[in-house]
Amino acid sequence: MATTSIEEVIGHSQHRSALAWVASRQTFWIFLAAVIACTLLTLSTDTFATERNLFNVTRNFAFVGIIALGMTAVIGSGGIDLSVGSSVVLSAIVVGATMAAGYPIYVAVPLAIVAALCVGLFNGILIAYVAMPPFVVTLGTLAIARSLAMVLSGNKMIYQFGPDHDLLLALGGGSMLGVANPVFVLAALAVATGFAFRWTRWGRHLYAVGGNEDAARMTGVRVARVKVSVYVFSAFTAGVTGVLEVGWLGGVTTNLGQSMELSVIAAAVIGGANLAGGAGTAFGAVVGAALIEVIRNSLILLGISTFWQGTFVGAFILVAVAIERLRSIRQRD
Amino acid sequence: MRILELRGVSKNFGAIHALTEVSFAIETGEVVGLMGDNGAGKSTLVKIIAGNFPPSSGQILIRGEARELRSPRDAQREGIEIVYQDLALCDNLTAAANVFLGRELVRRVAGVPVLDHRAMVARAAKLFAELKSETRPRDVVRRMSGGQRQAVAIARTRLTDPKIVLMDEPTAAISVRQVAEVLDLIRRLRDHGIAVILISHRMPDVFAVSDRVVILRRGRLVADKPAGQSSPQEVTGLITGAIETA
Repeated sequence: MATTSIEEVIGHSQHRSALAWVASRQTFWIFLAAVIACTLLTLSTDTFATERNLFNVTRNFAFVGIIALGMTAVIGSGGIDLSVGSSVVLSAIVVGATMAAGYPIYVAVPLAIVAALCVGLFNGILIAYVAMPPFVVTLGTLAIARSLAMVLSGNKMIYQFGPDHDLLLALGGGSMLGVANPVFVLAALAVATGFAFRWTRWGRHLYAVGGNEDAARMTGVRVARVKVSVYVFSAFTAGVTGVLEVGWLGGVTTNLGQSMELSVIAAAVIGGANLAGGAGTAFGAVVGAALIEVIRNSLILLGISTFWQGTFVGAFILVAVAIERLRSIRQRD
Repeated sequence: MRILELRGVSKNFGAIHALTEVSFAIETGEVVGLMGDNGAGKSTLVKIIAGNFPPSSGQILIRGEARELRSPRDAQREGIEIVYQDLALCDNLTAAANVFLGRELVRRVAGVPVLDHRAMVARAAKLFAELKSETRPRDVVRRMSGGQRQAVAIARTRLTDPKIVLMDEPTAAISVRQVAEVLDLIRRLRDHGIAVILISHRMPDVFAVSDRVVILRRGRLVADKPAGQSSPQEVTGLITGAIETA
């Protein structure tokens, strides 16, 4: 202490080296796990590393990944959103029914997104201003939004989308440069979300609310507004996914997005979002979604019954939370 | 100059009278020790001055003018800064992020307000150096000692040019050496003409720095006198009710 000035101590960074920092990130290990899984699958099957299969894998994980971005914002702020799967189907039915009624795509898509945003706004207001627990509120809207989709469609499949039919199918089902369109949407949203988390007041405040809500309130953070915004954002990502999924499937029924919230929450949590709030990254959400899809895909390719999928996803959530738990116990000592 | 004055401030929570007709004033550059037992109404008083909730009746005057403090932002705008008992820190964020929480520095990149991490870290480092605290701005608060957390909370009040600083039990959870540092800091604030309201249970700390002592008992103000004319024995009597008023 005699030789170092206080300025030197203060100026010294906590991180010993870049390598130590990387190794301390959950995202890094998940990324590594995904890479290893892909390598093993490439070596043990001739079907994994095919263009067709990789195209499908990336597109499938894009749907979960997009919503995982929104879910990471919600979980980062200390909340949970169980209604995303129902927002997906509501958005999908609205876009389908509107276009089937002869309206053009540029009317139907915004309308579908707005329908999803309404669910998010409803969630956010009840959670932020009425102080109801997020779990209960979004469990309620999980039932309500899907039921509204059934009412709207008469629970019938919609597969003819009027004058802009081909446009809608191209939007979600098409590809550019050999990459499925939803993957581009995921990439763009991931970059935008990652930027917002790290470089905007909104990002900083949502993690502050997730870390210590009272502290955030006392220092002047507008906690209620932050809370509403994360549920609206999560609903937005679900709305976008709904529109893309209709285009990919070429038709929509009211069981679309059923139990999707489980995969999405798993992706966010595996990617480092802490269910206690205050942590999570956009990159982590994408990597988490990728890992889940690779595992699911490997089950199919290796001829294992897909009934096991739920066991894997559930086990992943438990393992990720257990690791987080162990780490927080160790830090307290 | 009377920087802050309370006139007949009362606060009821339903049938509970947390504060009854409390009046006192504080001058610029004065340190007032606010004391009382648990439940005497200290925290309620702090929260009213901080703008967390309004009084049920009575007036708050700042620089002689009646003001309504509807939110912590209102209070900050009037130059009132609070160091909370639990320090109001987000453990998951860095020291610099906590110092600037709610008033982050931004620069505009193509018209978009973007957090200026470098400027915030540099400014926080400077504040920690001024406070003579070995606190690293990029460290996460979760791993910090009680003294470092205190430094983060106090650094936060120095961002603006505060007129009044309220400190709620600043010496409750830190080591002896750090107590001396915090008391030094209070003197430094006073020397800058800042009025300090020090809420504490620790009698020696209060008498070490306070010009005046104000004592609450069951929501009522029972004493308001120069520290030099009082004693720890008298204050203890006033807090417990062994002495009615002074």
